[in-house]
Amino acid sequence: MDKVPGIRPRSGLWHQLDVASRYAFPGVCTAVVLLLLSAPLGIAGQAQLQPSWALACVWFWSLFRPASMPAFAVFALGLLLDLIGGGPVGVQVLILLLVHGVAVKSRRSLIRSGFALVWLAFMTAAAAAALLEWGLIALLTWRALPPWPALFEFGVAVGIYPVLATLLTGAHRGVAAPERA
Amino acid sequence: MIRLSIQARQALARLTLPVLIVVSMGLMLLGRASPLVPERARMVLSDALAPLYVAVDTPLSAVRNAAQSVRDVFFLRSENAKLRLENDRLRHWYDVAMALDAENAELKSNLHWVPDPTLSFVTARVVADAGGVYARSVLLSVGPNSDVRRGQIALDANGLVGRVTEVGARSARVLLITDLNSRIPVTLEKTRARAILAGVNAPDPRLLYVQDSARPEEGERVVTSAEANAFPAGLPVGTVHYAGGRLEVVPAANLERLEIVRIFDYGLGGVVPPEAPGRTAAAAISP
Repeated sequence: MDKVPGIRPRSGLWHQLDVASRYAFPGVCTAVVLLLLSAPLGIAGQAQLQPSWALACVWFWSLFRPASMPAFAVFALGLLLDLIGGGPVGVQVLILLLVHGVAVKSRRSLIRSGFALVWLAFMTAAAAAALLEWGLIALLTWRALPPWPALFEFGVAVGIYPVLATLLTGAHRGVAAPERA
Repeated sequence: MIRLSIQARQALARLTLPVLIVVSMGLMLLGRASPLVPERARMVLSDALAPLYVAVDTPLSAVRNAAQSVRDVFFLRSENAKLRLENDRLRHWYDVAMALDAENAELKSNLHWVPDPTLSFVTARVVADAGGVYARSVLLSVGPNSDVRRGQIALDANGLVGRVTEVGARSARVLLITDLNSRIPVTLEKTRARAILAGVNAPDPRLLYVQDSARPEEGERVVTSAEANAFPAGLPVGTVHYAGGRLEVVPAANLERLEIVRIFDYGLGGVVPPEAPGRTAAAAISP
């Protein structure tokens, strides 16, 4: 923020509020849409959209704006997703935290590569997430699960990512950018 | 605020993720060890969200109904013809039912049959499909002083929906018969074979532990069985369907689009067998 030399006014209360809300935007927006997706909207595949949306958001923000998607926020989002979804509590928390960790670790190399490579990396992460979720729930409920929910979830996550990435890139450069406050 | 050195702050920042990962694993174990804790947290969240769901649902269902009535106008003729045919068929069945009812009443009076107690039920509106990818349940909006309790049985107009698993201040959760954790003792109506209806998170639950000697027929009616004293006998569940060698049951209830369910209090012991020995199911009729 202060890299450009020059004189600027002291930051007032409004300015600080603006900066804070821009920092909070990614986490809050993810949570609000998650709550909306749990409402009876009658969208096909709504149950699969919830974890996919959370996964894509955590991936995107951890890559491009990790300051706005800290591990605590990821933890809270995972907990919300678990409580809404009705599965064993802790599964989504673990998955989102792992995805967050991978994204933060690989951001140096990924952030400079093009969209296709980021999408491909997301595909891998989503496949691992779906597989892990499937395995953990099978383990925790001690039941043999049919594989299609995991496949469907993976497909939804990979399918919605390009659309979401376009929207989130707009937010990344606009409302979620504290440097523009 | 405590001032930390840069190194200490960096070390803390590096530690956050591993610690949170360990905490998430702890949450899983906690959920296994005492399922009541996540259940209560879930119910608090559901209670808070139920009014939001109702608010979202009201305009949406108005739009849906308007679209449906427009669609209905187009199919008026064919629908009318179909209904006429069905009405003729039903009139025949009505006569049969009246005759059987009269015969049944006469036989019961001859047998000194103790009449079944009248059942109490509450009707509740389904406010949300509360299921996730690996769970099938619905959220009901119930009043603060409702009689809804855990273990009570939910039915829609056509058949069994599931069982109440959690009750909050303003909402209650019903585990659908298609959920992975749903296990229901059933009887095949014609062959009288006993089986367990197990949900697999797919639209059609499966039949497990069917007696070897039994040969279930395609389209045979499946009703609940009073075994384990969790359900009264004879509630309609669905019809038998062979899907590639697997025995499945097509649910009679419209589980994809549940709007209103009735919650019946059969006064049964629930999943846990009753303590009093020799206690039998109080009611054995389908409502």
